[in-house]
Amino acid sequence: MSLPPGLRRTPMAWAAAVMLASLVVLALVGPLVWGASADRPDASAVLQGPSVGHPFGTDNLGRDVLARVLTATRPSLLLALAAVLLGAGAGILLGASTAVLGRRARRLTAGLINLLLAFPALLVAMFLAVVFGAGAAGAMLALAAAGVPGFARLTQTLAAGVAGTDHLAAARVLGLGRLRLLGRHVLPNIAEPLLLSTTTAAGTSLVALSGLSFLGLGVQPPGYDWGQLLNQGLDRVYAEPLPALAPGLAILYAALAFQLLGEVLAGNAARRGPAPRTPAPTPAPWGSPRPKAGGGPAEEGLVLQVEDLHVELPTPDGPIRPVHGVSLALRPGEIVGLVGESGSGKSLTALAIADLLPYGARVSRRTLRLLGADLAALAPKERDRHLATGLAMIFQNPASALNPALRVATQLTEAVRAHRGASRAQATAEAAEALRRVALPPAVLRSRPHQLSGGQRQRVMIASGLMVRPGLIIADEPTTALDVTVQREITRLLSEIRRDTSAAILFISHDVALVGEFCESILVMYAGTIVETLPADRLADGARHPYTRALVASVPDLTADRDRPLPTIDGAPPDPLTPAPGCPFEPRCPRRRGHCADHTPPLEDLAADHRVACWYPVPVAADPETVAAS
Amino acid sequence: MTVLRVTDLTVHHPGPLGQVTAVDGVSLEVPSGTTLGLVGESGSGKSSLARAIVGLVPVHTGRIMLDGREIRARTIRDRRRLGRLVQVVLQDPDTALDPRMTVRQTLGEAATVFHRLDRPARDKRVTELLELVGLDPRLAGRLPRQLSGGQRQRVALARALAVEPGLLIADEVTSALDVSVQAAVLNTIRELQRRLGLSMLFIGHNLPAVCHVSDAVAVMRHGRIVETAPTDALLRAPQHPYTRTLLAAVPSLRTPPPAPAPEEQPP
Repeated sequence: MSLPPGLRRTPMAWAAAVMLASLVVLALVGPLVWGASADRPDASAVLQGPSVGHPFGTDNLGRDVLARVLTATRPSLLLALAAVLLGAGAGILLGASTAVLGRRARRLTAGLINLLLAFPALLVAMFLAVVFGAGAAGAMLALAAAGVPGFARLTQTLAAGVAGTDHLAAARVLGLGRLRLLGRHVLPNIAEPLLLSTTTAAGTSLVALSGLSFLGLGVQPPGYDWGQLLNQGLDRVYAEPLPALAPGLAILYAALAFQLLGEVLAGNAARRGPAPRTPAPTPAPWGSPRPKAGGGPAEEGLVLQVEDLHVELPTPDGPIRPVHGVSLALRPGEIVGLVGESGSGKSLTALAIADLLPYGARVSRRTLRLLGADLAALAPKERDRHLATGLAMIFQNPASALNPALRVATQLTEAVRAHRGASRAQATAEAAEALRRVALPPAVLRSRPHQLSGGQRQRVMIASGLMVRPGLIIADEPTTALDVTVQREITRLLSEIRRDTSAAILFISHDVALVGEFCESILVMYAGTIVETLPADRLADGARHPYTRALVASVPDLTADRDRPLPTIDGAPPDPLTPAPGCPFEPRCPRRRGHCADHTPPLEDLAADHRVACWYPVPVAADPETVAAS
Repeated sequence: MTVLRVTDLTVHHPGPLGQVTAVDGVSLEVPSGTTLGLVGESGSGKSSLARAIVGLVPVHTGRIMLDGREIRARTIRDRRRLGRLVQVVLQDPDTALDPRMTVRQTLGEAATVFHRLDRPARDKRVTELLELVGLDPRLAGRLPRQLSGGQRQRVALARALAVEPGLLIADEVTSALDVSVQAAVLNTIRELQRRLGLSMLFIGHNLPAVCHVSDAVAVMRHGRIVETAPTDALLRAPQHPYTRTLLAAVPSLRTPPPAPAPEEQPP
C-alpha cells in the first residue's frame, strides 16, 4: 500500500510509525538476541527483585524477566495477528457474499450473521478456547471465530452500499461471475474501511489473547507470551511489582501502537473523503475587505438590489471564483428566471444573497440591498432577522428541507414565533391560513413530512416561506425533483402568490423551457457571469447571445423534426480552477473572432429590457441552426 | 435484431406494510430494430419493469420473451445467456461506473465477457467503443471522477454496447444531465439506432426527450400501461386523459401555457 505524503506529516503518524517499527524489530530480533538468556535457568537467582543484571527481576527458575518479555514479542504479536487475519478474512468473505449471492442464499447468510451477532464475542472466545483445549492454537482459533460476526456485519453493511449502485447492477447484467463481482467490484470499493477496522481489531485481539493466556487458556508452559508472563508475575505483585508490570507495559504499548495506526489511517481516509474542504484563512462570510456601509446608490422601490457580486470558494486545488460580477434587481411582484447549467453559479448566487454559503466561502459585492436595507450596514443580529423576515428560500429537495422528526405545525410556526413573538394560537391560525393558500387542508398541520407526497412537501415549504410574509422568494430549482404534472401545479401556485402578495420571485432553474414559460424576464448565467438578460417572450426567437441561442436550440421540443439531430454545444464550460481572460464562452462559440479571447465583453444595453455580454451578438432574424453548430 | 414481448407482467416489491405491486399486468412489445419509449411519473413502475426484463428483480407472474424464448435469470449461466441479448444503462451517472476502474478497464471487462481478446485486440475494441459513443479514445486512461456526467453516461452506454446486445434498455439515461449535454446524448442514441439497428426500450419522465428517440410510446401510470401509440399519433391525438394531462404539463418555449383549470382555483 502506498501511503500518501500527508500521512507522514502529523506527529501522531510519526508516533504510530515509530512504535510499529520498534515492535517489528523486536519481533524479528528479540528471540535471536535474548532467546538464550530468557530460557537459561539460574538456581542462584530465583525470584529476585530488580537489580543491575536483571532490571525487572527474575522468575521462579531464575530466568531474566526483561529478556522473557522481549522474546515474547514474537509469539504474542504473531498469535494476535493470526487471530485477527483469520477472523477478518472469514468475516469479510461471509459479509461480502451477501452482495453477490442470490436472494434466498443472501437471506440465509444475513440471518446467520444476525444469529452469530447475538452472542457476546469474549464469552464465545472463552467458551471456544475451552472446547478447543487450552493451548496457543486453540486460543488463536477461538479468538478468530469470535471476531467473525463483527467483521461479517460491518462488511455486509458496507457491501450493501455498493450493491445498490448502478455499476454493480450493470456488471450483473453483463453476466459476470460471482467471484469476479466480489473481487473486482465489491471488495476494492470497501477495502479502506475494512483495513481500518482490521488494524484496530489487531490491538483488541492482542489484549484478548493476552487475557486468555493470563487465565491459563492460551499459551501453555514451557511456551510463553505476554499474558502468561503477566500471570506468573502477578502471584507476587505485592512483593515485587516490576515482574508483573513489564509484560503489562508491553501489552499496553503494542495495543496502543495498533490503535494509533488505525486512527492515523482513518484520519487520512476522512481527508480524502467525498467533500474535502480546506478552511479559509479568514472565515469572514460578509466579505473582506468589508465594504463601506452604503455601497452603491440605493434605487427606490426595489425588493432586491445586487451589484457586482463575487463569491470565492476554497477547494483542495486552490480557490475558485464560481460567481464573479453578478448584478441583478427585482421589483415587487416581478418573477425573474435565473437560468444556467450545472456549475454556472446560479445556486451560489442565491445562497450568497441569503447568507447561506458554506463555511469558508468569501463574498464581496458593491451593493446588496434587501427591501431597501443595506445588508452590509446591519449588525449581524439585525441582518439575520431582516433576512429571516424579508426573504423566503425554497429548495430543490423538499424531502431534506423539512425536518423529518417534527410535525408540519411546528416547522411552520417556528419562524414567526421566533421573530415576531407571535403566540402559539395566533401562529397556528396563521399556519392554517398559509396552508390554505397553497391549497392544503389544515389537517396537514398534524402530519409529519414522511406522510406527505413530494408535491405536498414542496407546498409545505412554500407555505413555510409565506408565514413570514416575505418581500422576496428565492426558489432554487423548486420543481426539479417533482413530476411534470406536479411541477405545473407548483409554478401556478407561485404565480398566484405573486399576484396576491406582490412578493418578488427569483426562480432558479436549469430548465430553459420552464423558465421561459413561467417567468417575465430571464437572466442567463454562464461560467459565473450573467451573459444575457431579456424578456421571457423573446427567449425562443429573440435571444442575442450565442450561448442563449444554443441552449434554447438544444431543448427537445414535441413539435421538432425527429429526423434531424438536436443542435448541441461543442466543448465544455471553462474549468473554474484555470480562469482565462476574455469571453468565457469564446472556446465554444461559433461566432468568435480574434479579440474575443482577450477582452471580456461587458453586459451592455441593446434595448430597454435587453442586455447582452457579447462583442458580436446574433442578429435577431438569424436562424438558430446556423449559430448552434452541432 | 431482437424482439421483446412482455405479457401480463406483474412485479412485487417488499414494502414496510407488505407487498407493493410495482408493475401490474403490463404487456408490451418492442419489434425488431425499433425503439419503444416508456414514459411515466416517479413511482409508476417504469424502472421495476426495466429491472425485471434484465433479471435484476424477480417476476411475480407473466412472461418476458426475447426472440420467442422465455427469459430466465436464475443461475449464472442463464444470466450470461440473457446478458448477450439484452443490456441496460441506468440513471445515475455518479454510480454508473466503478470508481476504482479506468474507462479502459471497465470497457475491457465488458468486451471480454463473451470473447477472449488478447491485449492489442482489447485496446482496439475499447477505442472502437469509445468512438461509437462519440468520445475521444484518449479518455480511456481516465477514472470516472475525472469525467463529466455526460461523458460517464456515454461510457456506461459503451459498456452496454460492448457485448453487442440485440436489445438495449435505457432507464432515465438523460435525467441527471444538463440540457445541452442531454441533446448530445440523445443524438448519440439516434445515431446508434441507425448504425446498429438496435431494438431499444427508452424509459424516461421527460416526454420531449423520450419522444425524440422513440418510434412508439407507451404511457405508464400506477404500474399499468394506459396508452401505447406510434409517437406521431400519440402527440397528435392522445386518447387517454392521463396522456393529455402529461402532454399539457410539458413546458414549451413556443406554445403559451394552458390556462389554469377552473376547478383548481382555491375556494
